[in-house]
Amino acid sequence: MAVRTVIPFGPQHPVLPEPVHLKLELEDERVVGVTPVIGYVHRGIEKAAELNSFRQNVFLCERICGICSITHALTYCQGVEALMGVKVPPRARFLRLFWSELSRVHSHLLWLGLLADALGFESLFMQIWRARETVLDLLEMTAGHRVITSTCLVGGVRRDIDKEMAKEVDKRLVALKEVLDSTAAPTLLHDPTIKRRAVGKGMLSKEQAELLGAVGPTARGSGVAIDMRQTDYAAYKEVGFEPIVEIAGDSYARTIVRAREVYQSIELMRKALAMMPGGEILVRVDGYPEGETISRTEQPRGELIYYIKGNGTNHLERLKIRTPTFANIPTLLVMLPGCEMADVPVITLSIDPCIACTER
Amino acid sequence: MAWMFPTIIKNLFSRPATRRYPFKDVREPFLGYRGKIFWDASKCDLCGDCARVCPAEAIEVSPEDRQIKYYPFKCIYCGTCMQTCLPMAISQDKYYTKPAAAKGVETISVPV
Repeated sequence: MAVRTVIPFGPQHPVLPEPVHLKLELEDERVVGVTPVIGYVHRGIEKAAELNSFRQNVFLCERICGICSITHALTYCQGVEALMGVKVPPRARFLRLFWSELSRVHSHLLWLGLLADALGFESLFMQIWRARETVLDLLEMTAGHRVITSTCLVGGVRRDIDKEMAKEVDKRLVALKEVLDSTAAPTLLHDPTIKRRAVGKGMLSKEQAELLGAVGPTARGSGVAIDMRQTDYAAYKEVGFEPIVEIAGDSYARTIVRAREVYQSIELMRKALAMMPGGEILVRVDGYPEGETISRTEQPRGELIYYIKGNGTNHLERLKIRTPTFANIPTLLVMLPGCEMADVPVITLSIDPCIACTER
Repeated sequence: MAWMFPTIIKNLFSRPATRRYPFKDVREPFLGYRGKIFWDASKCDLCGDCARVCPAEAIEVSPEDRQIKYYPFKCIYCGTCMQTCLPMAISQDKYYTKPAAAKGVETISVPV
């Protein structure tokens, strides 16, 4: 007779980059139930945003997540601009797209490395993170910092990319693509050990993904073509964008979605740099935000929602942030039951949990 | 593993990608890196705009004492002060604050 045991997975666990606690109910080696527990890294950012002035909040929002800092700043600025009726110059929209995609490549390469690490594939992990160094260098070159870009402001962007720098960035992006082509991509696509650990593990059907409200690569790996970049923010319409979808719905499909998105983002960045119109990058913004709005963008992990309510003063009445991991955690309740204990790390990682984002 | 072999063999005969940090210097930061901020005291007019816009409250300006207090460990290197400063008295160094045992404060005296 099978004995039921409860095993605590996390909050501190070698494969988890951030603290999330999973209460795993096991029958022998098989998981039969799971209860995710969050709340270890709450920082009270939403309250802090009410105390800062609305312009200072851009830098606070950036610090919600280190990996996709620009997306948070962009979403916030977009919402405030909508409230104040500000029209962002076209060049600034292209630059916002460029940095968003750069942070997406940064995030996806970091995650692919972590996945390789969770599988015990150390050489692939090192190789992917070595390639990621190019992205960090590009961030430093264009934005002045390796992680927190601080380029987005209400009314546009702060830094410009001139022709010479654009040329250099393009050169490095092509080099990055070549490095990925020759090292990480063939291993991720063909290596039998990776496939054995990820194919068929953590199944999430299209219906379940829609029912549980999955977003981002988790939903796209299950065949749901949902991507906020289709909603025409920044300059995605001008550059042209099609979401990447895989239909298998397992951990491997989610890996492939992210790996393909890295290539797609590199192409989007190169196109944006080539198509970027001239003109100013920042417009003057006077007055204070009044009214309420919802701003949505696509973070590397999925749809990010900001609810912003202004009361006509320098401070906001309310800022509510719904991050993609918060929407993706319920999918673990479907993915984990039925799997073996040894597969839990890979399946948990496959939603790319960003707990600091989730708890804000 | 077979798909990694060419890379592994190549890596065996190439230089390491990392730098031996405490023993060897890291590479120079790129132009325009947002490091520590410093004041050109002769240009400063003590208006206090930098202190007002700072998201981290890392700057204190006191016009009575003609002094600016800068807390490098509070600073988040966003560069807002530099952008706001009308007399262009603030600039950003290409290096960030070095690790220290205590969180210090820098005082800048502005000449009359």
